Amino acid sequence: MKLKWWHVGLLIALGLAILSPLASPWPDGLERVAENKGFIETALEPAFEIIPDYVFPGVGNERLATILAGLVGTLILFGISYGVGTLLKAQR
Amino acid sequence: MHIPDGFLNAATAATTYIVSAGGVGYSIKEANRKLGDRHVPLMGVMGAFIFAAQMLNFPVIGGTSGHLIGGALAAILLGPWAGTLIMTCVLIVQCLVFQDGGLTALGANVFNMGLVACFVGYYLHQAVISLMGEGRRSTLVGGFVGAWASVFLASIACAIELAVSGKSPLGVALPAMAGVHTLIGIGEGLITTAVLAFVTATRADLLELQKV
Repeated sequence: MKLKWWHVGLLIALGLAILSPLASPWPDGLERVAENKGFIETALEPAFEIIPDYVFPGVGNERLATILAGLVGTLILFGISYGVGTLLKAQR
Repeated sequence: MHIPDGFLNAATAATTYIVSAGGVGYSIKEANRKLGDRHVPLMGVMGAFIFAAQMLNFPVIGGTSGHLIGGALAAILLGPWAGTLIMTCVLIVQCLVFQDGGLTALGANVFNMGLVACFVGYYLHQAVISLMGEGRRSTLVGGFVGAWASVFLASIACAIELAVSGKSPLGVALPAMAGVHTLIGIGEGLITTAVLAFVTATRADLLELQKV
């Protein structure tokens, strides 16, 4: 099978997911503001958890768990965005 | 910039849900009209890339990080309505599967990082091109300007929602959010420009796709 441009695009995205343990652990802009202005504590815990905080559950090594979460999410998003595109263009 | 549950009051959550639902509804209509076969793989790659890139927080200043939103990039490549659809997919999966962004705040998150980011990014990119003329340079400069502004304005929208919800007065929330996102926006601009440069160098034809 000849490699198409979008195969390469997906591979780049999966490559980024593998780099995800290198991400800065610091709070993001909104979290920083919520901490500084004293309302971070008002955030509620989610009603259910599947892969909370981008750490795949049940995997001992946290780096590996983060990479797994990233790969799973990247593949889900590829499938859903591709699927949404396919469904919507088909209706014209 | 994903708002968790608990930050927004019911009125703000409901209002942003209604506005975002309308926006996504119209996006679907536009996609039905204009989306072609060649857009579909790019939609898949954009969804995958934005999700993965959003995981890569970069440090901005002491103890604070930022990450790509991606709305401007998606909108520049595919158009603002298709960009909104992609961002909505990303935000729904992040909310439901990764518990990033609250379910009650999903409407606001789609509004800020979907509609606002995509439309600001797309139209500023267009504005720069009409000022500087077509070409690689204006595409890249427009990408930086559009991406920076998309983050800046999304953070202002977020600050207004927080203020209206009584979390922090607008005079406090707005300069705080806009201030830190002025810096995070530079990261958004650099990443967006780098991706546009890569696409221009490898598959320039993708930039010529009809915008949806």
